[in-house]
Amino acid sequence: MAGAIQAVASHPDIRAVRSPGGIEAWQVESDFVPLVALAFCFEGGATQDPPRKAGTAQLLSRLLDEGAGSLRSDAFQERLADRAIELTFTAGPDAIGGSLKTLVAHADEAFGLLRLALAEPRFDEDAVERVRAQTLASLRYQQNDPGTVASKRFLAEAFPGHAYGLPAAGTPESVAAITRQDIVDLHRRLVATGRLKVAVVGAMARDELSRRLDATFGGLGGQFALNAVAPALLTGRGRRVVVDLDVPQSVIRFGYAGASLRDPDFIPTYVLNHMLGGGAFTSRLFQEVRERRGLAYSVGTSIVSYRHAAMTWGYTATKNERVGECLDVIASEIRRMRDEGPTDDELAKAKDYLTGSYALGFDTSTKIAHQLVQIAFEELGIDYIRRRNALVAAVGQTEIREAAERSLGDGSMLVVIAGRPTGL
Amino acid sequence: MALRTDAAPFDRIEGSGPDLTTHRLDNGLDIVVIPDRRVPVVTHMVWYRNGSADDPLGQSGIAHFLEHLMFKGTERHPAGEFSKVVSALGGQENAFTSYDYTAYFQRVAPEHLGRMMEFEADRMSGLNFDDAVVAPERDVVLEERRMRVETDPAAQLSEAMAAALFVHHPYGIPIIGWMHEIETLDRRNALDYYRRFYCPDNAILVVAGDVTDREVVKLAESTYGRNACRSQPPARQRPREPEPRASRHIRIADPRVEQPTLQRLYLVPSSRTAAGRGSHALEVLAEALGGGPTSYLYRRLVLGGGKAVNAGAWYMGSAIDQSRFSVYAVPAEGVTPEALERELDAAIAAARDDLDDMSIERAKSRLIAETIYALDSQSSLARIYGSALAVGETLDDVRTWPDQIRAVTRHDLVEALELWLTDRRSVTGHLVKDRT
Repeated sequence: MAGAIQAVASHPDIRAVRSPGGIEAWQVESDFVPLVALAFCFEGGATQDPPRKAGTAQLLSRLLDEGAGSLRSDAFQERLADRAIELTFTAGPDAIGGSLKTLVAHADEAFGLLRLALAEPRFDEDAVERVRAQTLASLRYQQNDPGTVASKRFLAEAFPGHAYGLPAAGTPESVAAITRQDIVDLHRRLVATGRLKVAVVGAMARDELSRRLDATFGGLGGQFALNAVAPALLTGRGRRVVVDLDVPQSVIRFGYAGASLRDPDFIPTYVLNHMLGGGAFTSRLFQEVRERRGLAYSVGTSIVSYRHAAMTWGYTATKNERVGECLDVIASEIRRMRDEGPTDDELAKAKDYLTGSYALGFDTSTKIAHQLVQIAFEELGIDYIRRRNALVAAVGQTEIREAAERSLGDGSMLVVIAGRPTGL
Repeated sequence: MALRTDAAPFDRIEGSGPDLTTHRLDNGLDIVVIPDRRVPVVTHMVWYRNGSADDPLGQSGIAHFLEHLMFKGTERHPAGEFSKVVSALGGQENAFTSYDYTAYFQRVAPEHLGRMMEFEADRMSGLNFDDAVVAPERDVVLEERRMRVETDPAAQLSEAMAAALFVHHPYGIPIIGWMHEIETLDRRNALDYYRRFYCPDNAILVVAGDVTDREVVKLAESTYGRNACRSQPPARQRPREPEPRASRHIRIADPRVEQPTLQRLYLVPSSRTAAGRGSHALEVLAEALGGGPTSYLYRRLVLGGGKAVNAGAWYMGSAIDQSRFSVYAVPAEGVTPEALERELDAAIAAARDDLDDMSIERAKSRLIAETIYALDSQSSLARIYGSALAVGETLDDVRTWPDQIRAVTRHDLVEALELWLTDRRSVTGHLVKDRT
């Protein structure tokens, strides 16, 4: 696999481009396909929602392409569609971001529309009401979906009283309370040149990019301070919460501590998580819950890295009659990992997988752009892609033991079950 | 006007599309190689020309269940060994079952392609698993069905609508199977089905990535080349759907539903059954009627009257037999699905006069641009070509698709509306709250 690692480390020839106006972008120039993919984000997402108005950042992100400058919503959407330009905005807990994809031939139009959307969104009343109605409809649509119910309750239990405990989409009450002025204010605070991270992949020369950076992102808003967000720890470990839903299968969310991407312990925690419940068919939970016992179709854990908190959370779904058995198996695998750790062979194979598969995340322009923006956002350095596999390779049993101590602790979990489990 | 000048760049770009090659081994295995030298990754896929619509009567879900059991070991390799090797090599793998095909894939560094082929060729004819793994894996599939359908009233509506649309053809049966039939599937059913369909002359090998076609063919000869073909390649036996006469209405009322929805399906030709440009016309029609916020239905039902908060359309063109075209809308608060259905009917009736040339051109541009964007993803390309061949389309069909889309006229769309989007070909579904 060394060859592939070498190649991915050297292939995306990433350079930092600084515009005359001082805007930095990370760029991979490649003209294999005549397109340009761009990803960007501005720090400050749902954590900046006004009090009792959860969902403001998300509503804002959904309104950015609903009319800008002199173009009302339908005219703006037509301009995108005429050139098959794909422009999307999203809001997460810690950032508002988005991506742009265009054929090179239409780059002028694409970057022009992006600038317009960021700098001069209209927030017309009819657009605000339409997007609000769409948001409320989607909240109603998911209101009794076991997966959504379990996830929302889990976050509320894990981070009570904190922004991370609130749903980024908001609640029917909070979304109804948001005013146009709230959206205008939040836009002014968040969409600011000084908080921008941007990455560009595709057929565009350095000089052209440099010019476009100033034209697109220069002079966006003033610099308003973000509201401080207190550091948070996952609470409620040892608790088991049941949300009653009349369904034949229960969704189970479980969680314990994690490590954020900026944390020096992130990589060992990530390797540990891979062995316990990570993506591949080889994880202990996949083997014990699914392969050996047929308890669930899907079971796994992932690390959630916020700017001011981190956790590991897991997911599975099993029929109501087997919820107790399923939780016992998960708990015992967590204890076993904490008490005995992985075998040397298991650790070696996990590292082989994680280093070897890293290249697979870089196979499309859009994926590369998003990876770069995330690395920039987390301030891991432009050489992170080059360094990352060596960090994984350096993880030994000692680091795993420390990571297990820190994230698994005494093995207790916060557990939320949405369904009608029997015999618990 | 602007659109005319755009035609040139779209044309030029397609000319430099994937430079693929095809081959066939003596045992009948078809091979497609799609070069992508940008990253040190290959996508290795094997497509079998059988899917859930080939499930024997009373054994719905067997194609999908067998797909799960294909990970449970062979004569030569015990259960899980293949997956462990893929993982240790830093690769990713999975499989999927559709109505007309079943496919298995791995994504690895190019130097491991030969290993993948050895394992994949081995399980093409050497599948062998213990009876002990069957019951837990069947439980996995039952949990999968509970997750996807039994806990979701919207999925139950989709299932019921397809069952009503296809009164005779197995496209009306869910890919995963009916609960009560999955419960009875056993080792014997799986192996009988496997022996009927899994052989090189029923398979298509698609390799996309940083490899040459010469390397691929050489590796394929030394691996898949050793799999024996059948004296006669497996045949699909599908009943033909009769001409529909009755419009049908389906309703799911469930206490868990908080947001009603309105769905409609029409029985329409597929890429394989349509005459002339019929299927391309339906592609453009779906995009023009309901492809995003500039589409006809979105404008009329969401932006115009405000009766809906969302509306759209899609068409499943890639299918061997008669297929489905869907329009849907999500009613605004206080609007019933019945009231919205009247609006939808009026919109479809008016479409022949109201669909303007600009929006038809826009729909075509977007569809064509999608094919260029697909060049950026080797796994998308592998899927596009694999699925096309698996339903019996030709490489030429894929290659000329953008030209065929461009050639669709307003007249073609009007004809498609009149021929296919008619009451007697339709099933309408309402998802509503049960308030009893």
